[in-house]
Amino acid sequence: MSVPRHWRESKRRYRLLGTKCKSCKKLHYPPRTVCSSCKSRDLEEYQFKGKGNIYSYTIIRNPPEGYTFCRPYAAALVELEEGEIVTAQITDCDLDHLEIGMPVEVVIRKLFAYGESGIIVYGYKFRPILPRK
Amino acid sequence: MPCMPGIGKKSGCDEMNDVAIVGIGCTPVGEPWNKSLREIAVESTWAAMNDAGVNEVDGLVVGNMSSGNFVDQESLGSLIADYAGLGNITAFKVEGACGSGGVAFRTGVMAVASGMHDVVCVTGVEKMTDVVGDSATKILANASDREYEAVHGVTFVGLNAMVMRRYMHDYNARREDICSIPVNSHKNAVHNKNAMFRREISLDSVINSPMVADPLSLMECAPICDGAASIILTTRERAKEFTDTPIIVKGSAVKVDTIGVHDRKNVTSMTATVEAAKEAYNMAKLTPKDMDTAELHDAFSIMGVIGLEDLGFVRHGKGAHFAAEGQIGIGGKLPCCTYGGLKARGHPVGATGVYQILELTKNLRGEGVVDAQNGIAQNIGGTGSTVSVTILGRDI
Repeated sequence: MSVPRHWRESKRRYRLLGTKCKSCKKLHYPPRTVCSSCKSRDLEEYQFKGKGNIYSYTIIRNPPEGYTFCRPYAAALVELEEGEIVTAQITDCDLDHLEIGMPVEVVIRKLFAYGESGIIVYGYKFRPILPRK
Repeated sequence: MPCMPGIGKKSGCDEMNDVAIVGIGCTPVGEPWNKSLREIAVESTWAAMNDAGVNEVDGLVVGNMSSGNFVDQESLGSLIADYAGLGNITAFKVEGACGSGGVAFRTGVMAVASGMHDVVCVTGVEKMTDVVGDSATKILANASDREYEAVHGVTFVGLNAMVMRRYMHDYNARREDICSIPVNSHKNAVHNKNAMFRREISLDSVINSPMVADPLSLMECAPICDGAASIILTTRERAKEFTDTPIIVKGSAVKVDTIGVHDRKNVTSMTATVEAAKEAYNMAKLTPKDMDTAELHDAFSIMGVIGLEDLGFVRHGKGAHFAAEGQIGIGGKLPCCTYGGLKARGHPVGATGVYQILELTKNLRGEGVVDAQNGIAQNIGGTGSTVSVTILGRDI
């Protein structure tokens, strides 16, 4: 268990903070130090809005060690409004009624814990955007 | 063997040695509780050396994904060379997740092609069954991006399941067609005494097996198991000293793609396979039509389907239908996974790529299950992040 390993990721993991290439305007999430499109190393932070659609999804029924507390759970490739795709869990949802194209928004949730007395790691998940009543 | 465009030529090299396979050997794939990693690795290394009729090699390349996590042991080059009694030779481990075997083979080919080594042993080994519970799932997820995929609890099966769902969505593919991949692999494992599951399974049993990560069910996923396989390589010139039936390495390529599936422009095709295949076909001066058999990386049913497409055998979106028509069976147009594939022979991750090349070699030597002049093997690491493609042919 390492605290710095998760602490150093906190801005990116809590706020969906990525990067934008100053040269070709390409956006990245996860953030990078070299642009994946034009190799420029002149990048700046970019705050993603946190809304998108499900590009593909699955229901994880055999979780890895540390994730069994919320089994089964949904995971997805979420295509953000900005065009980038991120991997995350889908939470607060009915597992039987997910579909490709479903609009979702980012929330912060517990990802996993290092045992009962270890640190708890938080991060982004997405939830379906419900129609306003 | 021609130098790779832009690589060998730049350094002033015009020609490399042609490389031949002169020995093969392996252990049965399964759950050998009574044998350790070093024991199975030494067993397969000597089986291959005996097959080649040699009692020494001047290089050992070990393909292994995660011995440090599975059995708390690194330094496999030293360990295996030491316990195999190979002396103070050049020996080291190379890694490319589940594609480690193919990467190790490529490294051995480079060593002989360049002239830096004369007789090289490539040993792929994985001992996965010494960990219990959910640990193996966690270790396998190390093949993905730990900080941006695995940290979200997305398993390796989960990533492949998302690829499969998108594939079914984009191409309107039927799950029952995709499920014909494991049915074929099981059928072919029956005759393979080294296979883990030597029994046929029905399409219904695959379709109705419990979900692991929807839409991937248990019977569509390769098992966790142990195994070791080895290949002896030397130059084509020297090959006849060791065997009457040397098999020639006509094409060999390894390409990478983004570590995260989320960074791919298209998740339903693997660019690393497409690029590696292109380079291997060019090197061999052959096309997909020249291939008589293919060892696909069917760790998950959908990977077999996409492999058929990315290797150039069928158009994108047509792989599942091609498989369901029976074209990939022994006696079909393109026999695939002829010794059971990853699903039924088993998938001891770092050893798998070497098992594939061993099986292809048997078929090309004329001692296998299909009559083949040329064949191809595809070994995938991660969900397409490292792919090796190897083309072998008879020495004619």
